[in-house]
Amino acid sequence: MHRLLSGLLLVMLIPLVSLAEKPLVADALAKIRAVSREGQGNEAAAKAWKDLVASGGSGLLPTLAAFDGANPIAANWLRSAVDAIVQVEAKAGRTLPAKELKAFIEDQSHDPSARRIAYELFATIEKDASKKMIVTMINDPSLELRRDAIASRLEKAEKNEAELNTLFAAARDKDQIEAIAKYLKKNEVDITSHMGFVTRWHVVGPFDSTKGTGFDKVYPPENGVDLNATYIGKKDMKVSWKAASASYDAKDKDYAIVDLNKELTKHKESAAYAYAVISVDKETPVELRAGSITSIKMFVNGKSIFARDEYHHGHVMDQHVGRATLKAGKNELLVKICQNNQTEQWAQNWAFQLRICDATGGAVPFQLVSPEAK
Amino acid sequence: MRRIVFTIAWIALGSSSIMAADWPQFRGTDGTGVTAETGLPTEWSKTTGYRWKTALPARGVSGPVVSNGIIYLTASSGKKDDRLHVLAYDYKTGKELWHRQLAATGGTNCHPMTCMAAPTPVADETGVYALFATGDLAAFDADGTLRWYRSLVADYPTITNQVGMASSPILADGKLIVPMDNAGESFLAAVDTKSGTNIWKTERLREINWVTPVARSTDGRTPEILFPGRDGLSAYDSATGKKLWNLKGVGGDIPTPTVIGGVVYAPSRGLVALTIENGMSKELWKSVKLSSGMSSPVIYDGIVYAASSAGVVNAADAKTGESLWAERYGQKDKASASPIAGDGKVYVFAEKGLTTVFKAGRQTEVLASNDLGEEILGTPAVSGGAIIIRTDKTLYCIGK
Repeated sequence: MHRLLSGLLLVMLIPLVSLAEKPLVADALAKIRAVSREGQGNEAAAKAWKDLVASGGSGLLPTLAAFDGANPIAANWLRSAVDAIVQVEAKAGRTLPAKELKAFIEDQSHDPSARRIAYELFATIEKDASKKMIVTMINDPSLELRRDAIASRLEKAEKNEAELNTLFAAARDKDQIEAIAKYLKKNEVDITSHMGFVTRWHVVGPFDSTKGTGFDKVYPPENGVDLNATYIGKKDMKVSWKAASASYDAKDKDYAIVDLNKELTKHKESAAYAYAVISVDKETPVELRAGSITSIKMFVNGKSIFARDEYHHGHVMDQHVGRATLKAGKNELLVKICQNNQTEQWAQNWAFQLRICDATGGAVPFQLVSPEAK
Repeated sequence: MRRIVFTIAWIALGSSSIMAADWPQFRGTDGTGVTAETGLPTEWSKTTGYRWKTALPARGVSGPVVSNGIIYLTASSGKKDDRLHVLAYDYKTGKELWHRQLAATGGTNCHPMTCMAAPTPVADETGVYALFATGDLAAFDADGTLRWYRSLVADYPTITNQVGMASSPILADGKLIVPMDNAGESFLAAVDTKSGTNIWKTERLREINWVTPVARSTDGRTPEILFPGRDGLSAYDSATGKKLWNLKGVGGDIPTPTVIGGVVYAPSRGLVALTIENGMSKELWKSVKLSSGMSSPVIYDGIVYAASSAGVVNAADAKTGESLWAERYGQKDKASASPIAGDGKVYVFAEKGLTTVFKAGRQTEVLASNDLGEEILGTPAVSGGAIIIRTDKTLYCIGK
């Protein structure tokens, strides 16, 4: 009888424990999500992290869901908590909840990085099912899932043109785009278009940037562009806008590079501007992704969206990312590129490339509608 | 009964000989790369001469550190090298104790030789402090509990070094000293080890730099933090962060200074030996020949050993700078890891995986050449009579 009563009591307590756990997890997640700059909230988050991990498997899905909208600092607290929870569960000999993880992965409204973590956990317990799942994810918002999905299908798609075209449209990583383009015999123009590069600009310069001062100095184009204007440039020279086209150089696969040394002749300690007008059908959030080995600023419709003051530490496609929302219709893009005073042979490049993408790096459709310079 | 007592004593002695002494930071406890341990190994290969080896989940060019019987390591992975790993291994068995991951919040562009796991972590008896080239900084307790985390790029958004950062944090005066010289907002900061908040943060020249700061005490109590940069060698008060002095003529970019016996051996277009009191320096000697490329010279038993980027070890008298000998340490290879020394030997690690073991002394003598055939870029650790080497793929505990 005693045993029966104890058993009943235990059964009655289980939901109470579960109910008690939920507010604890929610409270812990709230404290972790409250962390901010310079360690603010760290001490409360540290205690919450321990509570969260101690909750074990019941905290796993809520922790993954808490990535949604979390700042990058909080997201890293959550990420390490997932690792610790998984370790706790493994040590206790408990299996991760495959069904719930699968549902989480399939819900694309969740944070892409959390879905990727969920997928990796799912793959450890449902290997075959995860393989079946990944091939369906070529257009996933998670770039890692998308990449793996494309890679898994590309292995079997070498002679299937329709499949290759599907994969080409889905591909976001440069190496995958180039690999598929090779099978499809696409040229550099096709790739440049696929990636959303702006290929025609107007450029003006040089403006003075002695000792790097030009980076912060506001020259007239930053107050509004008139392609017919003439400005006083470096050493009192008169400078005016000229058309400039991006180069296609399949040899080094640097797409849509505008070489300012070629367009404006070589200048040291100088600043230049590049301008383009594009049109989009509807209001569109975008990433302006640029490559430049020297200091760069980007402006959209007169508003500064990105600044990086760094010289000759490498040119990589997409190394600079500015975020903006384009309005329906015409939008003005202005890029400022500075050159410093380094004399080394490897420190002479003065060039940039820029493309317009969505958050995955996919090209955003636009029309180039720049007016002609005088 | 006697036999039992003897056996217990033997076991105790035996186990003490492989107790894991701490090697808690870049180039060991005192940042010199020198150990007082004995019985260090001379010969090994990919299949012999090690206690254990463990496959690593990702590449890193940071060195392993050891504290309280735990080996800590960082690594980075992913298409964009934006997945950051902090790992802990049991010193005795090599078994992974825990593995925590972070996502890079700063830029991940860098020279192809390096990666985001470039700064060597620093550990104490409570856990590990891991800094990544992305500016992500985290403290984990010894059991893997996250104590705190900071995104320095979120804190100071202009931080950038697209060649890749590699300066390592150190512990000094009970504080975590974080070097952050870069093309954007540059600083040296002291961070509270318990909360991760700033104790002080002192502005530095906006220039990239890969040197790790070193601590020294001139009064036996308060450490000075010595930190060379493009504008010279500066010293900071560890209590306040106040810049105490600056020597313009002693620059720095990659190799780290060594402080031994009141002498500062500072890599600066070669190597310069100085005594410095209250910012007044006296140059003892300077040698261009002791240029050491990416690795930091080691000073051991009165001799400087510098592994040049031409693949040659140059040895010189530490008192006079007089050249003693030069010997190759690798075939068409160079060293990124810093040499370490102890037990009468000097170990020089070439990038492709060949370790040349020299007999320490005024004459050249190569004791062994040991090839692991895997990339070694991080400075190894010495602990419990073993050398802990992290290659790009494997963690080795080399020793008997």
